[in-house]
Parts: sequence; C-alpha cells; structure tokens
Amino acid sequence: MTGSLRRTLLQVLASPSGRIGFLVLALLVLVAVVGPWLVPNPAAMPDLLAGATAPGRQHLLGTDHLNRDVLARVVHGARISLTLATLSVLLAVSLGAIVGLTAGWLGGWADATLMRGVDAALAIPRLFLLLMLVAVWEQMPLAALVAVLGATGWFATSRIVRGEVLRIREEAFVDAARALGAGSGRIIFRHLLPNTAGPLLVAATLGVGDVILLEAGLSFLGVGVRPPTPSWGGMILDGRPMLISAPWESLFPGLAIVVTVLAVNLVGDALRAALYPRSA
Amino acid sequence: MTPLLEVQDLRISFPTAGTRVSAVDGVSFTLERGEMLAVVGESGCGKSLTSLALLRLIPHPGRIEPGAVIRLDGQDVMALDEAGLRRIRGRRIGMIFQDPMTSLNPVFTVAAQIGESIRAHRKLRRAETRARALDLLREVGLPDPEARLDQYPHQLSGGMRQRVMIAIALASEPEILVADEPTTALDVTVQAQILEVLDRLRVARGMAVLLITHDLGIVAGRADRVAVMYAGRLVEEAPTPELFVHPSHPYTRGLLASVPRLSGPVTRLTPIAGTVPLPAAWPSGCRFHPRCPEVLPRCPTDDPPALGVGPGHQARCWLVEGSRP
Repeated sequence: MTGSLRRTLLQVLASPSGRIGFLVLALLVLVAVVGPWLVPNPAAMPDLLAGATAPGRQHLLGTDHLNRDVLARVVHGARISLTLATLSVLLAVSLGAIVGLTAGWLGGWADATLMRGVDAALAIPRLFLLLMLVAVWEQMPLAALVAVLGATGWFATSRIVRGEVLRIREEAFVDAARALGAGSGRIIFRHLLPNTAGPLLVAATLGVGDVILLEAGLSFLGVGVRPPTPSWGGMILDGRPMLISAPWESLFPGLAIVVTVLAVNLVGDALRAALYPRSA
Repeated sequence: MTPLLEVQDLRISFPTAGTRVSAVDGVSFTLERGEMLAVVGESGCGKSLTSLALLRLIPHPGRIEPGAVIRLDGQDVMALDEAGLRRIRGRRIGMIFQDPMTSLNPVFTVAAQIGESIRAHRKLRRAETRARALDLLREVGLPDPEARLDQYPHQLSGGMRQRVMIAIALASEPEILVADEPTTALDVTVQAQILEVLDRLRVARGMAVLLITHDLGIVAGRADRVAVMYAGRLVEEAPTPELFVHPSHPYTRGLLASVPRLSGPVTRLTPIAGTVPLPAAWPSGCRFHPRCPEVLPRCPTDDPPALGVGPGHQARCWLVEGSRP
C-alpha cells in the first residue's frame, strides 16, 4: 500500500498543475500549523477607535473595522478552515465507505434500502440541508459543525464505494482469497477496502474543496463559525458594509478561499489522473 | 487405508426457468496421497465446478445436490459449517486459478500476500514470515526472489504471478493442491515450467495434485491418472499411459485425434464434430451419442454405466461391453 501510494504521489508531482497545487497546499498547511505563532493575536488590544486602516508597513494587509490585523485573522482563519474541512471530510469519507461497503457487500434488500436512502438525500441540496440543521441549532459549537458537515457529505462517496465493491468482489483475487480460507472480515478489510482507497482519496481531496466553500458560505450567512473566531467566510461578511471604502477586509479572506480551493482541486484532479489515466 | 480425497455421486445443479439442471451429474473419483490426477474436458463440461465443489465454493445460485459424498481423509466435507470449511480451504486443500493476472490483489506486495497466507497457518514474527516467504519463492523457482518480495503484481509477468500464486497456496502446507487450468493463460514455454514446478512439489512434499485442464497434451508424462469429463460426467478414467495407448471411449479417442503430434506422418487433425450441449439440453441415453462416430442403436436410449476395461480403467461406453471377451 505504501508503495502504490508513493507511486501515485510521484505521479501527482510529475504533472505541472498537480505540482503547483501540492506546493500551494503544503504551504497553506504550514501556515495553518505554525502561522498563528508568527502573527500577532488578532484580538489583542485593538485600538477600537482607529477603525479600519489600509494595508501598509505596520499591517501588511490592513486592519478591519475593529482595527484587528487582517493578515493575522486570515492566518488564524486558515487553521480553522483547514481543520474543519479535513475533519469533516474524514468523517464523510468514513461514513461513505461504511455505507458503500455494507450496501455493496450485502447486496439485495440492504443495498436497495441504503441506496434509495442515498438517492433521496442526494436530491436535497446540501446547503439547504445544512441551513435547516443550523437553523434548529443556533449556537452550534465547532465540533458540531464538523459533525454536520461530515454527516451531509458522504452520500456521493457511498455510491462510489458501492460501485467499486460490486466490481472488486467479482475479481479473481477475491475468489482466490476465499478458496484459501479467507472469511468475510478478511475479504472486506484486506481486499475490498484497500482497493477502494484510490477513489476514496480522490473523493476526499475534492471534498475538502467543497467543504471549505460550504463553510465559508455558511459563515458568510452568519450561521457557520461564530465570531470572534476568525473564519474566511465570516471575515467577508464583516467587511461587506465597507466593501467600497475598505475592500481589503473582505478581499484577502476571499483570495485565501480561492487559492485554497483551487490548490485542493488541482491536487484532486492530478490524483484522479494518476489513478484513472483513462478518464482524465 | 482410506483415500485422501473421495468424491461420490457429485451433482451440482443450477435453477433455470422453473426447474434445476445439473451441470455436474454424478461424478465420482478418488485421489490418493502424493498422486496427480488430471481431469480433462472441454469448456462447459463441469470440470471447474467439480474442483470448486471440493471446497464447497459453488457460486450462488448453484448448489450441490444432497446425496453427494465428499470425504477428505475420512472427514465428511458436506457436513461442515462455514467455520469448518474455512479450516479446510487453503490449509488442507490449496487452490490456484486460471488467470494469474487477476488472481493476486493489486494493492499488496508479493511478500504481504504470501505473508498473509503463512500467518493464516501459523503465527510467526515479521522477519520469520519474510524468510519463509523467500523460501517459498525459491521453492517455486521464481528468479531473483529477494527483489520480487517487495514488488507488486503488476511488476511481474504472467508466469511469475502464477509462481507467486503457487507459493501463496503452498504457504499453508496443503495436502491437496487443486490447479484449475493453471497454465491456460500462459505461453507454452512457461506452461511447461509451471507444470514442472507442480510436479516437483508433488514429489518433494508428497502433496496430491488435482490438475484441471482442457489440454490432454500437458497431461502426458505428468499425471498418474486421467479422468475425462464430458457433459457433466466422467466418461473415462485410466492410468495415464493406459489412456494414451488404449483410449476406450470414442470421446477420448476424439480428443486424442484432435491434438497434433510431433512424431509420425503429418496428417490432418480430426475434429470432434459439433459442440458440447448445454446442461438444459443434454441428450437422452449416452450424452455423447449425437457426436459419436461409432454410435450403436441402443446409445440414444440406454445410458451406459461405468464399465471396467482393465485394472483402474473404466469407460462409460457400450462399445466396451461389446469388445470384452
């Protein structure tokens, strides 16, 4: 597994777009991990009366309407956005893998029930689903937001996994494993699951981009990450009244979203190209 | 002494519109310790189903009809539950398949796949498992085994993969190795090498081999006995030299006549006219009679039993009765 993973990674790095995406993403992760120690605490003693100041020597990206450093907030926001996205996608992919494996392995009645449920869930727009959930639970903590984003993000993944399981379970190596005495557990965890790792990885990577956008959208609507916790979507919302006079407050978090989602999608596409040369 | 493997009256049926048809219809044979028995027949004669039945691996919705007896060293395989069957699969009866290109899991290294089979048999530490895997690869004659251990199936050729499959099957030290068309997907030169490996292992380990094949040519000189299958039945069974010298069933003679020979005058090959009928449309009487060049008046109505031709030699053909003194 480690070997084929390394091979895939090398292929991703071999394509120009994959390389750029990967480098940008690595940089963003680095910023998210160590950045908050390098920039000032955005909430520390703002001179409330000074208001928004334009980008300059003292504040590279300017300050917002509460005179908080925009660079510092974007960096802190990166940590929030990436953590939220990673955790909720991990949850979504795990749920999708479990449901897809169950449906594909059991087949018949269980498969029909699960997949019709997934069909129904896929018919409802995700943002609508999320808005309903956050409308019911107003002061949602971050952990709950992760859970909600994860719980609404696994439908498509489960269909992919189910399809892969239906294909792989007919492969000769599964028959061979059974002939050599493998039980259901070993076939599922040694043969089916590892062979769905590729599509799962692609789904997860592209899912991260989706979730970053969704979280920004929710925060922009005021129902995602709660202030004063900095989040990119929330920052755009905060800067909206002064979009003309002090555009930097919304502009830079907006740019951060664009760059991050672009990088994630470049890596996702390169992964897909590496794993499925024919579909690319 | 009880035979290592004993199969009696094996019937495997599949449902079709309203009824069940038997794809394998009353097959009986035995396999002794250290013996190589070849089961030969055309596509669709039921030889692969017969081999899968030994491990009770008949694909749904097929089933083994009640009344069949499968005994492994006296143990009733038909009476085993799923857990009991798993203790037999791999550990007492190993199996290798036709297509080595797809019989290995593409995401694990050779070492990991052999290691899994080794650890299913006995608990060893990591380094010991690896050493054992290396020994097995040497035993099956894989060139450059150290380097191959950490490679993935896609880095190996078909012949190498089949050797790895054999090593995986051997890891659990089975008493019987069932080889279902192990060389069909391989080049002719590689075929000979793989058969050589099977033969050597049989002698070195005292392991019985059940070789399923459609190719009489690879049977000669290796198998101790040959069983010829036609339309779900064993039509002739004999020690290998005897079968080649005195084929007693017209179907066996037809098979032999359709294989080119290197020695002797060059003649046209004689094909067997027609194809194997489908299980739902098996003819009455002797199932070979519509294709038989030596058909007798009674063949379309009377089904011949297995008739003795000589020591260990039987054929299901009325001609045998007529030719006997």
